[in-house]
Amino acid sequence: MSSTIIEVNRLSKYFGNLKAVDEISFSVNKGEIFGFLGPNGAGKTTTINMLTGLARPSSGSIYIAGEDGIKNIKKVQQLIGIVPDESNLYDEMSGLENLIFCASLYGLDKQKSEKRAKQLLAQFGLDNTGKRPFKAYSKGMKRKLTIAAGIIHQPQILFLDEPTTGIDVESARQIRQLLQELNHQGTTIFLTTHYIEEAERLCHRIGFIVKGKIVRIGQLSELMQDAQKDNIVEFTLETYCTELQNALATEFPETNVTKAEGEKIRISSPERIELMPFMKFFAQNQVPVYEARVIRPSLEDVFVKITGIELSEMKKEREGRKK
Amino acid sequence: MNKLIPFWSILKKDMKNYYLKPPNISWGIIFPIAWTLMFFIRSETAVNIRSILPGVMALSVLFGTTSMLAVTITFERRSRSFERLLLAPISLNLLMLAKTTGAIIFGVINAFIPVIFASFLTDLSNINWIAAFLSVLLIAVTSTFLGLFIAVSVSEVFEAQTFSNFFRFPMMFLCGLFIPIPNLPVVLQPLSFLLPLTYGVDILKTAINQTGFIPPWISFLVLLAFSLFLFLMSTRNIQKKWIY
Repeated sequence: MSSTIIEVNRLSKYFGNLKAVDEISFSVNKGEIFGFLGPNGAGKTTTINMLTGLARPSSGSIYIAGEDGIKNIKKVQQLIGIVPDESNLYDEMSGLENLIFCASLYGLDKQKSEKRAKQLLAQFGLDNTGKRPFKAYSKGMKRKLTIAAGIIHQPQILFLDEPTTGIDVESARQIRQLLQELNHQGTTIFLTTHYIEEAERLCHRIGFIVKGKIVRIGQLSELMQDAQKDNIVEFTLETYCTELQNALATEFPETNVTKAEGEKIRISSPERIELMPFMKFFAQNQVPVYEARVIRPSLEDVFVKITGIELSEMKKEREGRKK
Repeated sequence: MNKLIPFWSILKKDMKNYYLKPPNISWGIIFPIAWTLMFFIRSETAVNIRSILPGVMALSVLFGTTSMLAVTITFERRSRSFERLLLAPISLNLLMLAKTTGAIIFGVINAFIPVIFASFLTDLSNINWIAAFLSVLLIAVTSTFLGLFIAVSVSEVFEAQTFSNFFRFPMMFLCGLFIPIPNLPVVLQPLSFLLPLTYGVDILKTAINQTGFIPPWISFLVLLAFSLFLFLMSTRNIQKKWIY
């Protein structure tokens, strides 16, 4: 059974009269990847800052690995690793020196630090560039080294703020893979992102935050179910024709038959759709069928449905951040 | 967790990244020479090096230390690497002591460069070196914490430098270095006693030339009080502004 490692209750943060985070409550289970998804200004970074000790909550409580995250933040900081949204290591120092320095902040002696740093450089594919100054690294390499610095002391929980924002596709893919590996090794991961596809690929559970409030939390499958009440099956045919669509509608009146993009027909129904009768129908009418596919909603559909925020707005923000 | 590891590591990192850089080392040497030459040129007669030594030492410490914190803290704050230190499992007091120790050491070394030059030019016997060293140390601590206070009050390096001058230049002219305090206009005299450098310079004058007029133990206490006040104000400001 999963045990709770982060417990947040009615957490709020005010900046003057502005409520940046509004009484949010959630928990994260040990060993899971929890994604916090929302547009810019939704309160993701403020929440992560409160969880890690860089911001003081206005009200509410935080418990991390059984410790009070407000009163005993220094104890909590020993158990967590933090990867901020911008790589903030020291430009003049080499990759290796940066990692050794970060390890020393957690009390690791030089011998242990160096061993661990070299191991991480190899794991992150940076062993050939370990002696190069941080400022000479590419954006993707900087990001990887920043993540390595976040886990140098082998934390129980890793907090990542927008881990792949502003880096190239290949580096982003490698980082996602590294995060999955870390999670398989037992590290609980809490990440904020506004890349919906990233949350979909990585997270076991997702919380949507909009204007400081959590609007929905759930497993991916639960969220998908909410977004799609009808079952949909899509058939790819050799040739689509209106007569066939009408014949299907007549033969299966309890379903809704529509044309999809290309030579495809979509059958939707509130009930589960049995494929065999359709296959028989196509066979009897000598209609070649190349593919039958169950259509599920994407996390994007879920996000739009739950938050009411159009993806174009998210994309605009994403582009803005890249610049 | 052994707290000495992060303390030493931060200190070593600052030393390597900021204090031991060639421009800083040359600044540390050129600056005291410039002060000494300035006093030579200013003087109409042969200058008494020993009499100007307390002032040159004090100014070397003041300018060396206050400038350093403006760079090490403000710069790291801007590049967000300071966040990394704030998020480490060490207390804010330990962190700030680690960040300031480098500047204090740098300040103390700066103060003794004019002493090395002076030793070739004049007789340095009958100096109370213990009092002189303690005075230099306390001036370095107070000036460093003043630099820290300034660094946490601004967000840009240039602002820190400008703000530093706002404190440094009045201190230079009112601490009794150029004009003895009793000779200052009556309205300015109370202001002199509000400045930490006045007390540091006075101990140095007593230690080197026996010409100070404030009992040294009072000056030591005042400098300690200034240091404590500035350090506490700085950590309070960090808690308030940076751990928002």
